[in-house]
Amino acid sequence: MHTVRLIPRLDIKGPNLIKGIHLEGLRIIGSPKDHALAYYQQGADELIYMDSVASLYGRNSLDEIIRDTVESIFIPITVGGGIRSVDDVTRMLRCGADKVAINTAGVANPGLLREVAERFGSQCLVVSIEAKEVAPRKWEVYTENGRQRSGLDVVEWAKQVADLGAGEILLTSIDREGTRRGFDVPLLRAVTDAVSLPVIASGGMGKHVDLLHAVNDGGITAVAMADMLHYKRTSVKDIRAFALASDIRVRKYE
Amino acid sequence: MNEAPVILVDYGMGNLLSVQRALEYCGAKVIQTSDPELIRGAKRLVLPGVGAFHNGMKELDRRGLVSVIKDVAAKDTPILGICLGMQMLLDESEEFGLTNGLGLISGRVVPIPAISPSGELHKIPHVGWSPLIKSAGHNVALPNILQGLDEEDYVYFIHSYMVALRDQAHLLATTNYGGTQIPGVIGCKRILGCQFHPEKSGKTGLRILNNFLKL
Repeated sequence: MHTVRLIPRLDIKGPNLIKGIHLEGLRIIGSPKDHALAYYQQGADELIYMDSVASLYGRNSLDEIIRDTVESIFIPITVGGGIRSVDDVTRMLRCGADKVAINTAGVANPGLLREVAERFGSQCLVVSIEAKEVAPRKWEVYTENGRQRSGLDVVEWAKQVADLGAGEILLTSIDREGTRRGFDVPLLRAVTDAVSLPVIASGGMGKHVDLLHAVNDGGITAVAMADMLHYKRTSVKDIRAFALASDIRVRKYE
Repeated sequence: MNEAPVILVDYGMGNLLSVQRALEYCGAKVIQTSDPELIRGAKRLVLPGVGAFHNGMKELDRRGLVSVIKDVAAKDTPILGICLGMQMLLDESEEFGLTNGLGLISGRVVPIPAISPSGELHKIPHVGWSPLIKSAGHNVALPNILQGLDEEDYVYFIHSYMVALRDQAHLLATTNYGGTQIPGVIGCKRILGCQFHPEKSGKTGLRILNNFLKL
């Protein structure tokens, strides 16, 4: 039985931690390191860093932020945004990342996903899928941090990336992202039914009970959280306490 | 604490910086190197590793490090293998065809079974936090790398293969993955291995690294 992982997600633009709605309208929250350290101390299971404009400019500026992070934070770190090559992956791992999340470059060149999985192992490869509902119970894959349609069906793409060697899927609902309306549970269920990989639900967590729906109805084994934590409406500690009280198996901490 | 630096073997496949930072956080001096002579003179050695077994052994071999690490082990130098680094301590692995390991602890690296003894389907890779269960009857003469840990302290695992030890006396702790017992900590004299990542396992992981530094 897996423990459900509680993963603060830090979207980064330049030196700042930011937060948007539907991955747009980005607002500056503060220092990534201060927030990351607070979440680590509250008992976060992992951290996800996403360079929110990296795809747009074809670069990733997280190097320094990640190097800083691993000085004092000893939990797994996933880094995404603008990762386009095996060299980019090597660089991020050298900076202290444990996994990379790839979306845009993997859609453009699925061979890259296979290459990364073979070179670094599946455990290192998180495929990030940004999903937008385009018809009832039908979702399309978007790239470029939610800006670009790909024409790919989310469920079909999830199966394909599983075959290509993905170790996990970070599944972000663009429709829910930043809205606090809860996870898109049918989307989560459609993907967890289709693949046996661990799926991280992202986008929409607004209340503690949303976690319960994502786990029990969505079938996911990890949640990414941003808005709720960044605006200090709750803490990782409180979410963990809620999970334990709701019979969701999470890591014992403290 | 011993002042001699910890030699962290760089063979191109580890999360070296994270391991280095965690050891430094515990007060150690750390040298990352692939220099056979520096490694040969190590007073304390850490073999990190992320990736596939055959690639790991190939990269060690390419740098002339296979026999060097065996020599270090023969001198009863404390060695800690992490994840792939632990798996490479064994005789051989079934990952991508049978590949020889360092042969410092007797056993074989095998895939995590797809189905548990109770019939549960395992998600593979095994990713996440899982409690360590200390082996009840493990050889007390072995160094106590688990000192100060509570029963059920969680550590972070991420792997698709696991070790099958020939001698259960080398098994120091396991974790239960849906009914499958996965070796978490193994040891033979002062050669130790963690299947999980102590450098990514928060305070519990740091405690284990601290214990290693005191051997």
